Amino acid sequence: MHPPTTQPETTQRQISDEIAERQRRETDAAASAARPLAVHPRRDFAPYRSTTLRHPTHELVRADPEEIELVSPAFGHTDVAAEESDLTIQHAGEPLGERIIVTGRILDGDGRPVRNQLVEIWQANASGRYVHKRDQHPAPLDPNFTGVGRVITGDDGSYRITTIKPGAYPWKNHRNAWRPAHIHFSFFGSAFTQRLITQMYFPGDPLFALDPIYQSIVDPAARERLVAQYDHDVSEPEWAIGYRWDVVLTGPKSTWMEPEDADHA
Amino acid sequence: MPEQPTTDEAFDAADLPGADAHPEPHTGPLGQTPSQTVGPFFGYALPYAGGPEVRAPWQPDAIRVHGTVRDGAGDPIPDAFVEIWGADAAGRPATARGSFARDPHGFAGFGRAAVDRDGHYSFTTVKPGAMRAGSAPYLLVTVFARGVLQHLFTRAYFGDEPEANAADPLLARVDAERRGTLIAEPDGERSYRFDLRLQGDGETVFLDYGTEV
Repeated sequence: MHPPTTQPETTQRQISDEIAERQRRETDAAASAARPLAVHPRRDFAPYRSTTLRHPTHELVRADPEEIELVSPAFGHTDVAAEESDLTIQHAGEPLGERIIVTGRILDGDGRPVRNQLVEIWQANASGRYVHKRDQHPAPLDPNFTGVGRVITGDDGSYRITTIKPGAYPWKNHRNAWRPAHIHFSFFGSAFTQRLITQMYFPGDPLFALDPIYQSIVDPAARERLVAQYDHDVSEPEWAIGYRWDVVLTGPKSTWMEPEDADHA
Repeated sequence: MPEQPTTDEAFDAADLPGADAHPEPHTGPLGQTPSQTVGPFFGYALPYAGGPEVRAPWQPDAIRVHGTVRDGAGDPIPDAFVEIWGADAAGRPATARGSFARDPHGFAGFGRAAVDRDGHYSFTTVKPGAMRAGSAPYLLVTVFARGVLQHLFTRAYFGDEPEANAADPLLARVDAERRGTLIAEPDGERSYRFDLRLQGDGETVFLDYGTEV
């Protein structure tokens, strides 16, 4: 056992109390204004300490998307090789860990598939270690696992990746802080305003309640949308455990019109 | 007599105990998938060869757009990356497939650059044309970093387009004292400086395209 010699002072209890307090405030504010809770995380979510100096303090300025914002870069099959969707075949040997398949569809808010679009993923290995020089977690690297993949969605907006279930990962937000196991995903929609980078989690993780990054999404229904579902029809006999995770990218339509009085607001 | 049960029924996972523990997804209006931070460890995954070279730097029409990403204390952020997406010189978005590919004679439109240890990023691209009559030309700029739970959009307009900028509807809507944060200022031959300040003095104006749900 080699626990790090210096550990942050803040305890999980303090962080959990801060999470509960902030979520209570957000819920009360939404209720009194009769509006729904925000879907996206609060950028100034203080229990996640790295937000402190990295969130804007001014209100964002509403912008009318012009043509460039209403289209996306044209990625295609020439950009990504088919085998890049299988993270278990990138080295001479088989990576250690639980082989999994993750599949789903990328849809826009009206349920239309996001076709022929780029999906990028990256993750820790089965031990919770990233192939990154600044990752100091004393868990083993796997010479047969890098943890980076890419795929282009099909005509129905579907993607499918084969990988290894990542391990939970310690970080230094507070004392004894652990990230729930997750896979990072990057998406492009049909409009650049639909751009999304997020994290996919695994069902039933006991770390969800403790994690200030996951809990920065104050709407419980919204954060559960980041949790993949076990799908027995995706599992393959003698081969891999299957998960399904669908993703919805909403954004303005080309018909979005600026309110008449917005210029003077 | 009850019907004989069929013996060779196809296996259906939905018949298993507990299979209905999770509701069917997407039975109502589709809910947006929330954002999460890019985290600290994207450096081995997201940058790609030629990512910052939207236009080959030796091309006569190439311009440099560069700057430093800083936090609320004014310190450079060493673990951010920036994406730009811009129209060509005639004001048209690139539509050819292959946005990762870098044809030295072409123009990709999209670029991605990780910052260096001093928080500095640099792209080469072309100066875009305006896309609408009455609008000024700009690049769409997106910032991602550890500690940023949802990416931030902004626009880089060009300091050597004072007349177009003065008429631009978005710039007109921004408080005059903050407008300069949206302007990439010429700082050399065919070079523009566009610093990004996530918080504090000179905080960049970030934009909401109706996506702040």
